[in-house]
Amino acid sequence: MIVDETPLPGIGIRKEITTAAGRRIGVLSLRDGDMALIVSREDDPDGCLASMPLTSDEAATLGNLLGARQLVAQLTKEHRDLPGVNTRQFLIAKGSPFDGRKLGDTQLRTKTGVSVVAVLSAGQVQPSPTPDFGFAAGDLVVAVGTSEGLDKAANILLG
Amino acid sequence: MASSTVTLIELGAVFFGLGILGRLAGKIGMSPIPLYLLGGLFFGSGGFVELGGLEDFSAIASEIGVILLLLMLGLEYTARELVTGMRQSWMAGVLDIVLNFIPGAVVAFVLGWGPVGALVMGGVTYISSSGIIAKVLTDLGRLGNRETPIVLSLLVFEDLAMAVYLPILTAVLSGVSFLGGLQAVGISLLVVTIVLVIALRFSRVVSAVIDNKDREVFLLTLFGAALLVAGVTAALQVSAAVGAFLLGIAISGAAAETATRVMEPMRDLFAAMFFVVFGLNTDPSTIPPVLGWALVLAFVTVCTKVTTGWWAAKRQGIGRPGRARAGAALVARGEFSIIIAGLAVASGAVVPELAALATAYVLIMAVSGPVIARFAEPALNLLTYKRTVRVPKSASDQ
Repeated sequence: MIVDETPLPGIGIRKEITTAAGRRIGVLSLRDGDMALIVSREDDPDGCLASMPLTSDEAATLGNLLGARQLVAQLTKEHRDLPGVNTRQFLIAKGSPFDGRKLGDTQLRTKTGVSVVAVLSAGQVQPSPTPDFGFAAGDLVVAVGTSEGLDKAANILLG
Repeated sequence: MASSTVTLIELGAVFFGLGILGRLAGKIGMSPIPLYLLGGLFFGSGGFVELGGLEDFSAIASEIGVILLLLMLGLEYTARELVTGMRQSWMAGVLDIVLNFIPGAVVAFVLGWGPVGALVMGGVTYISSSGIIAKVLTDLGRLGNRETPIVLSLLVFEDLAMAVYLPILTAVLSGVSFLGGLQAVGISLLVVTIVLVIALRFSRVVSAVIDNKDREVFLLTLFGAALLVAGVTAALQVSAAVGAFLLGIAISGAAAETATRVMEPMRDLFAAMFFVVFGLNTDPSTIPPVLGWALVLAFVTVCTKVTTGWWAAKRQGIGRPGRARAGAALVARGEFSIIIAGLAVASGAVVPELAALATAYVLIMAVSGPVIARFAEPALNLLTYKRTVRVPKSASDQ
């Protein structure tokens, strides 16, 4: 995927991709550290439909939401031949009981038999996280298990 | 009462008044510059209230204001941005100079202000306000638009052009010979080149000299360096403002970010004083006679700026709505037009009416610029809508 980088002198930098549908979508990184999501207009590809300011938390969460699907799809594909094994994703929301706590604190494996195979945190994939991995709001937990186990895991993680 | 007591009271009243004006400007979402000018016109010579005893302080404060305005402008850009900006936009930049310098110069000649007046008024109508424009682009959510980098690189070009123009202006205003003028321009070009090279190669060293963890030390070092550099360049007849601008360019990275944060309140304070002093020195009764010319200039230079932006955007393959947005975004004039006029008036080499015309012109352009930027696209849509309604008619005729 080609990411176009355009310097905006005095303001910051714009990074964007052009989608198959011909729309531009991207991120503005401003000098003062602020970020914004931009989406181009359909009728006027030069203009912007939205230029939405995002805090770094919000940006990381959005990045995780967008990146998770691909990861989950890949895992599901790998487990397709194993009946009864499912992959599901859970978002650690702000105010979740595990925001700021460790993966080990959830006792997911013991209580539900579910394995956490990856956590998407701040736009980065953390594969096979250890029990002392610390959660932050906005993290996306990718878990593998039976559907009953995943339902139980959902109850625990989402509080 | 001791004279310093009176000065304190007056100064306090002026800043307090400016605070209220600034708040008003923020409420209606416009640049405070026109209001500061109006505030200055209201007080001062020929205004409603005469202020005395402020001259000494206000004169030096307004000079510091100009230095800080240019220092912050330099801080906004890295040397790399300047070089790439120049490369991308030099053709549009040249068109910008030709189209927008000429109207001001012609009016100055028509009014009989001679070549010096023409040089000043040309500069006033040429230079867009990067401060107002950057704010308008942010407010209207246009930073992600494709035409925005074109607008910004034109502003970069204009700001670099200032680095060449200001020394010429200072030389001409101080009445030095043609040879002396050439010398000033030569020195200025040399200094600009050296600074760009230093900033490209050794910006870390310069930034390290200025940078300090202690805010107080940092502020003092930077402020001192700015005044020193400005003073030295002024002694070389290059213009203090250009020295400050170049210092700003040489500082980059983390030091530039801290510098922006630390200097911003100082800049706001002293720059406000600069606009007030300019207004103070302008007699409001001189404005009505030149108001007609200001309106003519405003109308013509709105058209020429829109043309410049339209052409520059078209060259980069931007569609019609984007071209209209780019052109309209460039319209606002502000702080730099006043800096140019201020230098000219302070030198005493031009007629006082020039200050009146520049004030009236900037008042119109600083207020109408953001409005035009906002409504250019809907206006274009209205025009093209009419056209598309007519098209089927003529098609059925055939």
